[in-house]
Amino acid sequence: MRVEQIAVFLENKSGRLAEITRILAEHQVNIRALSVADTADFGILRLIVDKVEEAKKALRAGGFTVGKTNVVAVEVSDNIGGLAHVLAAVNEIGLNVEYMYAFVNKSSENAVLIFRFDNMDKAIERLQQKGFVLLSGEQICSL
Amino acid sequence: MIWVEEVESLPRQGLESIQLKRLQGLVERVYATVAPYREKMVAAGIKPEDIRSLDDLKLLPFTTKDDLRDNYPFGLFTVPLEEVIRVHASSGTTGKPTVVGYTENDIDLWASVMSRCLAMAGVTRGDMVHNAYGYGLFTGGLGAHYGIEALGATVIPVSGGNSKRQVTIMRDFGSTVLLSTPSYALNLADALADVGVSTDELKLRVGIHGAEPWSENMREEVERKLGIKAVDIYGLSEIIGPGVAMECLHSDRGMHILEDHFLPEVVDPETLEPLPYGEAGELVFTTLTKEAFPLIRYRTKDISKLYAEPCGCGRTLIRMEKVMGRTDDMLIIRGVNVFPSQVEHVLMGIEGVEPHYQIEVNREGTMDTMSVLVEVSEDIFSDEIRVLEGLSKQIQADVKDMLGVTCKVKLVEPRSIARSEGKAQRVVDNRKI
Repeated sequence: MRVEQIAVFLENKSGRLAEITRILAEHQVNIRALSVADTADFGILRLIVDKVEEAKKALRAGGFTVGKTNVVAVEVSDNIGGLAHVLAAVNEIGLNVEYMYAFVNKSSENAVLIFRFDNMDKAIERLQQKGFVLLSGEQICSL
Repeated sequence: MIWVEEVESLPRQGLESIQLKRLQGLVERVYATVAPYREKMVAAGIKPEDIRSLDDLKLLPFTTKDDLRDNYPFGLFTVPLEEVIRVHASSGTTGKPTVVGYTENDIDLWASVMSRCLAMAGVTRGDMVHNAYGYGLFTGGLGAHYGIEALGATVIPVSGGNSKRQVTIMRDFGSTVLLSTPSYALNLADALADVGVSTDELKLRVGIHGAEPWSENMREEVERKLGIKAVDIYGLSEIIGPGVAMECLHSDRGMHILEDHFLPEVVDPETLEPLPYGEAGELVFTTLTKEAFPLIRYRTKDISKLYAEPCGCGRTLIRMEKVMGRTDDMLIIRGVNVFPSQVEHVLMGIEGVEPHYQIEVNREGTMDTMSVLVEVSEDIFSDEIRVLEGLSKQIQADVKDMLGVTCKVKLVEPRSIARSEGKAQRVVDNRKI
């Protein structure tokens, strides 16, 4: 169970994030979750959106470098220790988290954790074995 | 096949003795007939009899583009105009065009060197040669044309332009060899698709491309899109036009120089000292046999290296590396000569990096700093910081390796490097010196 995430290269100058969100709004793309990773010189914007292909096309046409990656979305109850359980499960078999971000779903009591692991197949297998709830892209968008 | 085996495979000693005899004859002739040359030699305290070995070449004064301009249009011709049967001229993007002249013997010489170049690419009498170099004042079209005829192949004098018609001609006439600038070859490849002709319908086997700088990436693109082997040819109108040097089908490092007629040197563009084989510097040519418009130690402003290692084809002619850039583009950073093309080589060497780059030079205090801006294409983009930082570090390390200069690498968004007429500006020098 994988979720498509788009990533956009951001040069460190003002107005780039505003430009991206403007383009997405113009194309009726809804952002479900996002994170920005940054260094002194550049940043990477990662987005989960409802219309992946439209978003990619529009951003490309706007002159951005866009990539598509698979991530895994884990739904956990919004309680103490929710993230710790997930991390413990993957850590036990020696998997690494490349990056992660999270959002809390307003319509339920749950939080959604987005992960990129160094070995996605193993991670998904492990999480499913341990009984975690993995969400599909559509599920995230319909939350 | 070797066109003139007895010359092209001569032991070096034999070749050098021919070169020396020709050089001595040339120097005597220009000293006697061309005032500007004589004046320069007198000023340098050199007489023709001082040239006793090829090594004495370095005693002779250089000739530059400025000398040609100062003597515009015919001041450096060594023969009366009645003996000149053709002139060509460069476009002259800055100021006056450069005018060159040919006697009947010069035209024959040109046809001979050009036909030898064609032979290096495996062209024979049986070939149908599609000559898409421009015909006119530019030396490309006519220079190649006479060479093709001298070889005995069939020439299609199609010249440049009207790509769709060219594609039809290529298909209907069964062109086997394409002569064009590399960018025009790509243009033709696009036209194939427009006309709906597939490469299977063509008989093209080899492309001979020159007259503008092109990268290895571009070569691969031409080869892939046209389904041919693409080789490099070098020439400049001042020296003769196309036919000065040519890549043979065996060469792994550049083009054979037709040294029995064009004597090459590579010099440091700053000190003008000759450099040993294998070191990058400015290419300098002396024309040994041309009559109307010979040149002594002409500074081409092209950056290259010479290689004396024997070639798999059996020719003993030395080779020059694909031109790496122009001396006009040379930067001196903390005392090191840097050519933008060297940075380009580094970037191309890193898998996936298409070289849309810019070199930015600044002076901080008394220190020069060099930054390399690289546009992040989708091929190199990753959603992981670690990967992109790794790429930056690798570029930095490879530049340091190749140039001995530490640079800062900045990854930038696509199309953020300023382009003029589709061409990226490669260097921004912000130093106020």
